[in-house]
Amino acid sequence: MRLRLVPAQTSFDFFKRWRLWLGISGLMMVVAFGSFALRGLNYGIDFRGGTTIRTESTTAVDIGTYRDAITPLGLGDVVISEVFDPGFRADQHVAMIRIQAQDDQEAISAAMTQTVEDALAAVVPDIKFVSVESVGPKVSGELVQTAVLAVVLAIGAVLIYIWMRFEWQFALGAVVALIHDVLLTIGIFSELQIKFDLAIIAALLTIVGYSLNDTVVVFDRVRENLRKYKQKPLKEVMNLSINETLSRTLMTSLTTLLALIALFVLGGDVIRGFVFAMIWGVIVGTYSSVFVASAILLFLGVKRDWSKPDPKNSGNQFANVDA
Amino acid sequence: MLHFDTWKRVLIWLLCAAGLILAMPNAFYTRVEQSNDARAVIETGMTTPELEAQAGQWPAFLPSSLVNLGLDLRGGAHLLAEVRVADVYENRMQAMWPEIRDVLRPERASIGTIRLQPSAPDALRIRISQPENMARALEVVRGLARPVQTLSGAGSTDIVVSGDGAEIVVALSDAEKLASDDRTVKQALEIIRRRIDEVGTREPTIQRQGTERILIQVPGIGSAAELKAIIGTTAQLTFNPVVGRGSDPDASAGVGNKILPSMDQEGVYYTIEAAPVVTGEDLVDAQPSFDQNGRPAVSFRFDTTGARKFGDYTRDNIGAPFAIVLDDEVISAPVIQSHIPGGSGIITGNFTVEESTNLAVLLRAGALPAGLEFLEERTIGPELGADSIEAGKVATGIAFAGVLIFMGLSYGLFGLFANIALILNIAMIFGLLSLIGATLTLPGIAGIVLTVGMAVDANVLIFERIREELKTARGPARAIELGYEKALSAILDANITTFITAVILFAIGSGPVRGFAITLGLGLITSVFTAIYVTRLLIVVWFERRRPKTIEV
Repeated sequence: MRLRLVPAQTSFDFFKRWRLWLGISGLMMVVAFGSFALRGLNYGIDFRGGTTIRTESTTAVDIGTYRDAITPLGLGDVVISEVFDPGFRADQHVAMIRIQAQDDQEAISAAMTQTVEDALAAVVPDIKFVSVESVGPKVSGELVQTAVLAVVLAIGAVLIYIWMRFEWQFALGAVVALIHDVLLTIGIFSELQIKFDLAIIAALLTIVGYSLNDTVVVFDRVRENLRKYKQKPLKEVMNLSINETLSRTLMTSLTTLLALIALFVLGGDVIRGFVFAMIWGVIVGTYSSVFVASAILLFLGVKRDWSKPDPKNSGNQFANVDA
Repeated sequence: MLHFDTWKRVLIWLLCAAGLILAMPNAFYTRVEQSNDARAVIETGMTTPELEAQAGQWPAFLPSSLVNLGLDLRGGAHLLAEVRVADVYENRMQAMWPEIRDVLRPERASIGTIRLQPSAPDALRIRISQPENMARALEVVRGLARPVQTLSGAGSTDIVVSGDGAEIVVALSDAEKLASDDRTVKQALEIIRRRIDEVGTREPTIQRQGTERILIQVPGIGSAAELKAIIGTTAQLTFNPVVGRGSDPDASAGVGNKILPSMDQEGVYYTIEAAPVVTGEDLVDAQPSFDQNGRPAVSFRFDTTGARKFGDYTRDNIGAPFAIVLDDEVISAPVIQSHIPGGSGIITGNFTVEESTNLAVLLRAGALPAGLEFLEERTIGPELGADSIEAGKVATGIAFAGVLIFMGLSYGLFGLFANIALILNIAMIFGLLSLIGATLTLPGIAGIVLTVGMAVDANVLIFERIREELKTARGPARAIELGYEKALSAILDANITTFITAVILFAIGSGPVRGFAITLGLGLITSVFTAIYVTRLLIVVWFERRRPKTIEV
């Protein structure tokens, strides 16, 4: 007996309340943006400069002791947190120490890191410094610019590609869905104050890629069905298309989630934030391809006369290159 | 119908086999790595039975390229340095002063006395006492200008000479500054490479980034501080005439001179002429040695120009002190006893044996043309890397198993075909990564796990389509064919859009992000290949053998 996620034939009405869904999505975007604007992101040193030190010792981490050792050095804002992971050995106690960028210097100072290490080694004899990373303020500023540029470029490139392959309404729908996904991801990062570093930008772009993948599959079916059923109202064509691709959508989302959850649980704490962003993105991306991208397509309407019998005369020269 | 040309079948199997063979060394990572290292040593001429045994651990006829492990997996140090290109301007201008003085001297009858004035570090200001003949002075100085080769081919010269009241202002032209910056960074890159090679670590990455930056990644090194100690010292060696000696660092040095501290005598400062007689650039060799009292020292030898300059100077200045300056500190200031014609000498100071060895290495590698400013530094301990690899392996294994089981349950026999394709897919990713010598980073592992999840997407699309086509009941062969045909546009569109984001990530990102982009991009290519060709071929072969009347997907 085969495992079926959905019955062979489904006829859910996805667009019964599409305005409501669009409204909810819009509201969530506003909330996410509000959270970002009010709380801000918990930027890692990649974006704000500074130093992080990861320590490991066989004795339990006592944050108070660590703080008492570092405070006299007068380094400004120092954040100390203990790290937990199911993969750690019983006597493996890990802490992360983040020190703000020191105001008076452009570059980073090895001497400062050394003083911190010495101060900690004095109170915790067996402490090891398994990773020490410093980013100067000059670079971190550029990294922010590059990151924003990467996301904007990716969205722009995708907009153009879908416009070429489909119609501008499709492209707009897909891009709004992408912005929705990116905003919601940034929103949850600011709401939960998860560390936002360079790797998260990679995750954001992957989300862009994944969400798009999903949207394009649905759109491809819509395009095909629009040619097949020329008289059917757009709403019905879209409902049919989404129902037809539903089994695939859920299959792929589940296999991807399965892989990501394995990585989230077992992949160690170093990439946990990164994997969390991707899991969130897969869920949001699957949702948005139906309730944002498709709903916008329905809202904008599609010019129906481009699916003429002769594909060479169709409204878009790139639409049939591979058929 | 379900037709596949023989050459296509052969090609597909060959590609799969190539992927598997190329990926194979990675399954025996430590063994292959030891064997490769041993071979590299044997190639240099040294050989011992032990090395031979290590080299023999992996047969020579098999491919031996491995995926490089990134710093976050192997541990090591990462530095991003900015070359202070402007340092060079100052040296250039200082070196120019004697030249300018020499061409102006014969003109003293018309332009009067010439005096160097204090100025910005990247310019020279020279006051003449008879400014009415400024035009003549400018003409003479302009005669020193040399043409600069620029990309635009326009005829620029290296210096700009202008008159400002009674002063001649000489500065480097913009074209020359650009050319000089480029030279400086290239030179710094080369010298950093040589210094790191002298220490002999495995596979360092030394790359230029942008116009003025250098990225240095050295796996296996203990800390970024250690790496900085190797490359951080400029080791700018110069030999300058000494003007005076004192104990006040803020005394007025006089124009064209500077005051530098002594390296080993606290509170002693030397006033020296800023323009050196000879520099470390004229050195051809430097070796650690001992002086006549058995103290560690460094012996050196000049090239012919250096030897001539040094010889002439020592001949003309017997009895005068002479400063040996390293990185703006006076190592020693011996008095010239006699003419030194041979172009070789010895530097003595309060060195330990280790210091003299290091200094010799630095002098041999050449001086960094300009100072470095470190913008970013990261040290990752090997334990953390090992933990990350371990966690990554477990997670990838579980993710892999989960997806395989899930696909098998959902699509039965076809799921099995997809699973074979998925295994080949992962092998091909590793094969390609080893082939291009890419670096696997922690986010890269995440990229592979994501590929495992998404790679089945193309197959899912096809299988779902075949299911749909089966409903219209035109026979299983036709359904399979239509399934592939109709799913193709969705597969291509979906993967191309994702590929675009991977390319953008690769182009803009750096370090780990780039590693992620590479695995993601390669994973897309291999997953599309395995979905449209490998599973299809498997299905076709199965179909030809069995000729089933009905199929269940």
